[in-house]
Amino acid sequence: MAFNAPSNLVQTNGTSAGTKSEFIVKAGLAQNLKGGVIMDVINAEQARIAEEAGACAVMALERVPADIRRDGGVSRMSDPRMIKEIIEAVTIPVMAKVRIGHFVEAQILEHLNVDYIDESEVLTMADEQHHIDKTKFKVPFVCGAKNLGEALRRINEGAGMIRTKGEAGTGNVVEAVRHARQLTGEIRKVQAMAEEELYVYAKDIQAPFHLVKEVKKLGRLPVVNFAAGGVATPADAALMMQLGMDGVFVGSGIFKSGDPAKRARAIVQAVTHYQDASVLAKVSEDLGEAMVGINCDTLLPDQKFAERGN
Amino acid sequence: MSDQENQAKPLRIGVLALQGAFTEHQHVLNRIAGVGSTVQVKTKEAFEDDTLDALILPGGESTTMALIAERSGVMEPLRNWVQKGKPVWGTCAGMILLSNTAHRTKIGGQALIGGLDVTVKRNAFGAQVDSFVADLNVPCIASPEVVFPGVFIRAPIIESVDADNVEVIAKVQKDGQSEGSIVAVKQGHILATAFHPELTDDDRFHRYFVDMIKALQTSK
Repeated sequence: MAFNAPSNLVQTNGTSAGTKSEFIVKAGLAQNLKGGVIMDVINAEQARIAEEAGACAVMALERVPADIRRDGGVSRMSDPRMIKEIIEAVTIPVMAKVRIGHFVEAQILEHLNVDYIDESEVLTMADEQHHIDKTKFKVPFVCGAKNLGEALRRINEGAGMIRTKGEAGTGNVVEAVRHARQLTGEIRKVQAMAEEELYVYAKDIQAPFHLVKEVKKLGRLPVVNFAAGGVATPADAALMMQLGMDGVFVGSGIFKSGDPAKRARAIVQAVTHYQDASVLAKVSEDLGEAMVGINCDTLLPDQKFAERGN
Repeated sequence: MSDQENQAKPLRIGVLALQGAFTEHQHVLNRIAGVGSTVQVKTKEAFEDDTLDALILPGGESTTMALIAERSGVMEPLRNWVQKGKPVWGTCAGMILLSNTAHRTKIGGQALIGGLDVTVKRNAFGAQVDSFVADLNVPCIASPEVVFPGVFIRAPIIESVDADNVEVIAKVQKDGQSEGSIVAVKQGHILATAFHPELTDDDRFHRYFVDMIKALQTSK
């Protein structure tokens, strides 16, 4: 199966075979979100705060990951009424989450006209074997990944955008850093490999060969790649950008903090000016209390969202 | 400087890099003859660089870009740029920012750079599922007999042209409309497209912009 990365994601001579138009618009929306912050919101009021702060999109969900952790139980797609209210309230793109493998939740969200679906490990898994066949949908999907193999499997299933899994709802950036480092390290490894070594490597990381080859050619994932899972401060966001991510998702970090509007604005500024310590210092000042946070090594195995799906 | 020297000087083109698909524009520009370098512009200081020949405002979220522009102190430099008659091209969100009037903005409206005498409607085609690629007939670009792939992503349209010197460059016909919506215009030093030439391998719009910059420099 042929795959052509979105045009001009990297510098080329402009003679790629050309991507299919359906994938151009799916991956293209993600290209337009680059350098931006996507914020978790649980109602129209929070969505408006996020929009005014400069979010480039919002993620509509009933409970932020920190509360999902606290409450336990089965976590599912949000109430369509709440999603509709958020779509009504803002003009920026609205994303929403479905359980891994739950293609009917995805059909419902597509019908609601959400702009992007997150097939997310933050919700309880609906299928432990299969992810959604995302090529069957007109609405694009973003999926989490811990490493290159996982990212390429999701792209092969039709994902138009990838994000690190991190460890959502902890306010601890350590897992997002781990996943970003893992991914970029593996990409550099692929770039140094000879073609015959790629066959073995593709087998080892359980990724489709043609996508591994594409990664070697591009020197990056063939779709946009955001950071997610544990980003809580402007410095965390800028860290993920300096590690080579294209943008940042912030979940519990904003609305579980003391002054959400101010923190949201600060993180937006930090992502634009991620290499400018003077801006980072200025926006980090006097933000009030950050979310409390959890040390990831105190989590029990079944509390690690990142382990869900592979 | 004589006209000839001016022609030969490689262009230095800035791309507003607050948010959005700005590297894509750089990647296209970097392979066009006559372009010497591209620069990411995101601070007031970057506008003090008077070697910049032109500016591109990329696609992305126009509300986000406007808010970041204000907070980063670049809204005034951007307005000055347009008012001084320096070449500028806005794609999608960039077109919205250049317009004098925008409809369907967020509650409370949004700040605009302005300068282009048109009224735009944001998200004119609907949600992401209504995004599309359409063949456009664009007489002013190179090889006009070959259609241009117009990538429309949650795209705006130009609802009305509000001055006589605004030239309509391209229209898109969707769902059997007889008239078609205006999706590309030029007014003097301002170029605006509702679609994303930077998300295709077709560089004819970028070459058109480069020619436009050179023509403006020669006519000075």
